[in-house]
Amino acid sequence: MLIADQVCFRYSPRHPWVLHQVNLEVTPAEVVGLQGPSGFGKTTLGKLLAGYLTPTQGCITLAGKPLPPQGYCPVQMVFQSPESAINPRWRIAKVLQEGQFPSLDLQARLGIHSGWLDRFPHELSGGELQRIAVARVLNPQTRYLIADEMTAMLDANTQALIWQAVLAHAAQHRLGILVISHEAALLRRICHRVVDLSDANTIRAQASASERA
Amino acid sequence: MLSVENFSVTFTMYDRGLVQKQLTVITDLDLEVRAGEVVAVVGSSGSGKSLLAHAVLGILPANAETSGRILFQGEPLSAARCQALRGRAIALIPQSIGYLDPLMTVGAQVCRVGQLNGLAKPAAKLVMLETFKRYNLASEVQHLYPFQLSGGMARRVLVAMAVVGQAELVIADEPTPGLHPDVVTETLNHLRELASEGKGVMLITHDIEAALQIADRVAVFYAGTTVEIAAASDFANGKLRHPYTQALWRALPQHDFIPVAGD
Repeated sequence: MLIADQVCFRYSPRHPWVLHQVNLEVTPAEVVGLQGPSGFGKTTLGKLLAGYLTPTQGCITLAGKPLPPQGYCPVQMVFQSPESAINPRWRIAKVLQEGQFPSLDLQARLGIHSGWLDRFPHELSGGELQRIAVARVLNPQTRYLIADEMTAMLDANTQALIWQAVLAHAAQHRLGILVISHEAALLRRICHRVVDLSDANTIRAQASASERA
Repeated sequence: MLSVENFSVTFTMYDRGLVQKQLTVITDLDLEVRAGEVVAVVGSSGSGKSLLAHAVLGILPANAETSGRILFQGEPLSAARCQALRGRAIALIPQSIGYLDPLMTVGAQVCRVGQLNGLAKPAAKLVMLETFKRYNLASEVQHLYPFQLSGGMARRVLVAMAVVGQAELVIADEPTPGLHPDVVTETLNHLRELASEGKGVMLITHDIEAALQIADRVAVFYAGTTVEIAAASDFANGKLRHPYTQALWRALPQHDFIPVAGD
């Protein structure tokens, strides 16, 4: 189980809290939605869970242990724009090698053509590149997936294609998924439950008010 | 106001080594945007939607070759005319903050657009502050650099930047992804507002729902050309003609959520 326990985060003591005492848990094979207005720390929470940032207070645990400090992190994040998540100077085949090379079956399900593999990222469109970014993290070592607006940039058709492939993989490998999205229809469609960060934020507002008092 | 006739874009690129190949990305495209109208261009990624915007602005890369005609206010858009008009009569709301200068505060950049439109520096600053207020941006935001903005704020800054000038044609390239639904509605309403002020708005998006909220007509793009130009009401009524449009409608999460085979 991936657990955020009383997590607080701020960039420095001079800055206000981005997140204050947030609790969240994702169990294997569960799809959890995370919504809230922009600027409320949805992405920050995702980055904390994936180990890109360390919490100022509180802790993130994966099956009872903290996230591994080095090596492949079992919690992987997929960002909104693949252009900035992929090394522009590497060919696609090398990008895919960063995780574990996706099986032909997964490639087919994501609609990745073998002709793309020796191209450079700028030669693919956003939707094609996002499928590469997804294929890179969908391997047996990944236990949890943080999808941060993963398909917000994409058309309905590509969105459906990517999500169908991801959900099939998740069911097969008991992958837990946190879906960060603004699109209520998508969350209703794919999530088992949805967490609203603005509810968590009322707690934050109360906490900072009591700090001031 | 803007009419695109029989327009094609072909890229010449190196395939393997020194072998060149031709790649046609837009073929025989026709589209018209009238003053006071919002035309949505909807289609999958890689179908050439953004290229169309870049072609109208005259910022296609050097290896692109175009044929056909683009008329703006009745006269053909030549390269020189394009350069004179873009940023002034034709404004772009770009896809991401990647299009901004990363080393300049956003306030200064919006100001600069105002100055390019013939305002003196103090006046431009005033207009900038006004526009920021109109889009719900706190005045501190002007001192931030692009990387410090949250997704929603960035989008509002980009819209503000296009509105500061006196543009007659606004091209919005994917203005809504990753935004809170309220902000999406707000952004779209601002575009609608621009149209009611008599400007022409071309809304390039993959989000059919968003497009239907404000568009008068929807042009559906597939493989570099428009397969169907439908009235916004045709979608809900089930009057769609082309199978691709129907499939796109069915792939929405609130409908069947089934992808169409092939790209």
